[in-house]
Amino acid sequence: MELIKLILRNTLRQRLRATLTILGMAVAILAFCLLRTVVDAWYAGVSAASPNRLVTRNAVSLIFPLPISYRQKILQVAGVSQVAYANWFAGVYIDERHFFPRMAVGPETFFDLFPEFVIPQDQLKAFQKERNACIVGRKLVQKYGWKLGDTINLTGNIYPGDWQFVLRGVYSGATKTTDETQFFFRWDYLDEVLRKNMVHRSGYAGWYVVRIRNPFDSGAISQSIDALFKNSWAETLTETEKAFQMGFVAMTDAIVMAVRIVSFVVIAVILLVLANTMTMTARERMSEYAVLKTLGFGNRFLFLLISGESMTIALLGGMLGMALAFPVAHVFGKEMSTLLPVFHIHWKTLFFATTLSLAIGLLAAAFPTWRAARMRIASALSHVG
Amino acid sequence: MTENKSSLAPPPIVQVENIYKSYRRGSQEISVLRGINLAITEGNFVALMGPSGSGKTTLLNLIAGIDRPDEGRLLVAGTDITRLGELDLARWRAHHVGFVFQFYNLLPVLSGLENVELPLLLRDLTRKQRREHAMLALELVGLQDRVHHYPRELSGGQQQRVAIARAIVTDPTLIVADEPTGDLDKTSATEVLALLEQLNQEFSKTIIMVTHDPRAAEKAKEIHHLDKGVFNNN
Repeated sequence: MELIKLILRNTLRQRLRATLTILGMAVAILAFCLLRTVVDAWYAGVSAASPNRLVTRNAVSLIFPLPISYRQKILQVAGVSQVAYANWFAGVYIDERHFFPRMAVGPETFFDLFPEFVIPQDQLKAFQKERNACIVGRKLVQKYGWKLGDTINLTGNIYPGDWQFVLRGVYSGATKTTDETQFFFRWDYLDEVLRKNMVHRSGYAGWYVVRIRNPFDSGAISQSIDALFKNSWAETLTETEKAFQMGFVAMTDAIVMAVRIVSFVVIAVILLVLANTMTMTARERMSEYAVLKTLGFGNRFLFLLISGESMTIALLGGMLGMALAFPVAHVFGKEMSTLLPVFHIHWKTLFFATTLSLAIGLLAAAFPTWRAARMRIASALSHVG
Repeated sequence: MTENKSSLAPPPIVQVENIYKSYRRGSQEISVLRGINLAITEGNFVALMGPSGSGKTTLLNLIAGIDRPDEGRLLVAGTDITRLGELDLARWRAHHVGFVFQFYNLLPVLSGLENVELPLLLRDLTRKQRREHAMLALELVGLQDRVHHYPRELSGGQQQRVAIARAIVTDPTLIVADEPTGDLDKTSATEVLALLEQLNQEFSKTIIMVTHDPRAAEKAKEIHHLDKGVFNNN
């Protein structure tokens, strides 16, 4: 108790120095939390992937579609419980800057496979009844002020033409990590228009989403599915949803790695700043440490005193940084919602930031503690006055 | 020169036997103490005098266990402190020695009472007991009305009296004082010396004091003069 009192009073002794160091630490931890959240947001699709979902796509490339007839064949594979399908529509809403994912999905089964998209039953039924209905994520609806029954116009680019959709459902995420900025409409509406205008492009799905009964069978089932279409003109590649999502992230691996490295560089810089502060502080107090040793206090007490002060500064700065991270992340997430639709500070990031704060405090105290421990009492006292 | 004003001679509580101590300054070795022998009886008040660099503070530090000799034995209250490890020596200091420094060396973030309480943190006492002991020591030095003042709010003389209270609060075997009046005005110096004399006479505390001041040395029962690392018998 007395030690804690001494630590707190020592911490507040050089108020300006302590305040500036705490603010520096806060900025560093804030930057660390934001950068980690950017990385997490980048991997949001991977994190949200379900272990009992596989994705089957064209073995050559995702841009080549697969015949819709594959669905029935995949359904026959042992261990498969349901199959959904989707097409990447792209398109433009207002202009190119208003980007959000737009997909044509099989209306009967798609949402069964994605329970993380929570849709009121009546809205789902309305979607399933109306050919040009669409279901949109909650954040997107809020952003554009859409209401149920509104008509939403898209200009097609992959599928040229003017497309009109009626908003019949709004989904919300079952968890905070669910992307609520997607736009889904019915695959059969897309196919119907294609049959009229571009018949050679009708009857294809961009990819299949396969629900399996046992995630441990994913390897064998993937092989079985791909074997079905071996040597056909449209061979398939089946992988877990996680691997499928990783395929997108892998393209930007270098950027993500750079962000990760920068987040740790920030931590290294603040470690040096705090170490410098603690070294200066300890040097000024060497005679006090000598007095404490003279009175009989050992190196353990000095370690607790110095590291306690260092960890208090680091933790106060860390907590301030973490507290600031929430409003900053909120604003940042709002501004970047098109690129990073899921932007939430994960509890793991906070845990990591807290651990790092404590570690920084401990490491910054290492050198001054070592010096205090090695100090000769008589020499330190002879410099007093 | 050694002057002995005591009439009775109880057994020595401090025995310094053939002590040598030198320091290195760069490549040069400076011999500070050269074969010092000294016996101090219990309840004595000893002044160590001598010019700067004569080795008096070094001798005091060795007796107090905050430095180690190169050669020789140091027996304090029957313990050869030259044989103690760092941890045991720290424990020994906490139990047997009270320190008074020239510049008081109080912790500025602690009040007078908390400074006096500090050495008691190493004892198995409750918070209430520690407070009681510290209050008693502060009353003894006449500072019961300044207990919650911080060092910066006290005069030099008052700070030194707090330091004396801190030195006696554990009831140590001996009190070592290094130039206790060196940083004080005449009035405060007189008060501090009177206090040390009172501790020696009324409470039979063994005191070893390093001083340049002949008036301070006058309060001691024994005066030892050091010059160039040896006692000057002339």
